[in-house]
Amino acid sequence: MSWAALLGLAAGCYLLKVLGTVLLGGRELPAPLSRCVALLPAALLPALIAVQTLSTDDRWVLDARAAGVGCAALAAWRRAPFPVVIVLGAAVTAAVRALA
Amino acid sequence: MTEPTTPEPPGADVAVPHPVTASIVLGAAVGVFGISFGVLAVAAGLTAAQASAMSLLVFTGASQFAAVGVLDTGGSTVAALGSALLLGARNAAYGLSVSRFLRGRLGTRLLASQLVIDESTAMATAQADPAAQRRAFWWAGGSVFVFWNLGTLLGALGGDAIGDPETFGLDAAFPAGFVALVVPHLRSFEGRVAAATGFAIALLLVPVVPAGVPVLAASVAVLLGLRTPAPGEDDPAAALSAPEPGPASPGGAGADPEGSS
Repeated sequence: MSWAALLGLAAGCYLLKVLGTVLLGGRELPAPLSRCVALLPAALLPALIAVQTLSTDDRWVLDARAAGVGCAALAAWRRAPFPVVIVLGAAVTAAVRALA
Repeated sequence: MTEPTTPEPPGADVAVPHPVTASIVLGAAVGVFGISFGVLAVAAGLTAAQASAMSLLVFTGASQFAAVGVLDTGGSTVAALGSALLLGARNAAYGLSVSRFLRGRLGTRLLASQLVIDESTAMATAQADPAAQRRAFWWAGGSVFVFWNLGTLLGALGGDAIGDPETFGLDAAFPAGFVALVVPHLRSFEGRVAAATGFAIALLLVPVVPAGVPVLAASVAVLLGLRTPAPGEDDPAAALSAPEPGPASPGGAGADPEGSS
């Protein structure tokens, strides 16, 4: 990869971030739009969880990750501390993988 | 949720992750993937300096893995950049989301912008008030930045002592962490509907659109915010962001970044 391509990628990725934080964001919005923006993490984080847990590339996959993240979700629901949730998710996934 | 003086109203006492510990734990997991990234980047033909520059300047894990992955399998530079930018596009939505509490000087916001990624957005928006959100943003973003770059450097210089992160289940550590961080968003009815809709949209789109698009497309789930909430109904905007403290408040806008990252 050339340095020009690398710096172009860096500029593009930074522009995307600044588009949200400065160019579009940081201003008062009408209440309905403000409610929409407030819901962004509620919509995007579960989407990310779905993709990272249940897919590989462009395929649906049900594997050890589902067991690990399922246990983590149970722990989070029972109000386990964050480090416990994340370590449990990784440990169960590793264990299921090792057994499979 | 209309009383900002009551941090945890009865029946909604969801555990909000303590940002410092949580950020360090998350950062450590990211660091292991940083090592993997460094190793893969060099295998794909980048120099160690380029791998490190990419982690410093691009600083979006998914985009970086996509870029070097495309190059590693013989893809063109244009294809690599396209995949990477598509995966980075969700950071624009995250940026919009964090702009609600990242107020202040332009220079500070431009610096903060580089730290806008999955982890910092998730950690920040799980907090209950703007001061805590800012603090969590800088801690999570800063921690991930440091660990990701240290990992990249180690991996690029040939220090692949740890091996495949998947052996340790670390690929599941991120969705597991995001599960914990999404819980506070499920307090309101609209948050629960947005979460279920976003999850379903992304999952359904995985086989039919390029990587990056499923998560981005899940944004349309927020359109239910256009509906006017019935009186007394949970308002997600109020639930996750108490009104900005007054000018006399010590936790106000000028209190953050230099001291915490």
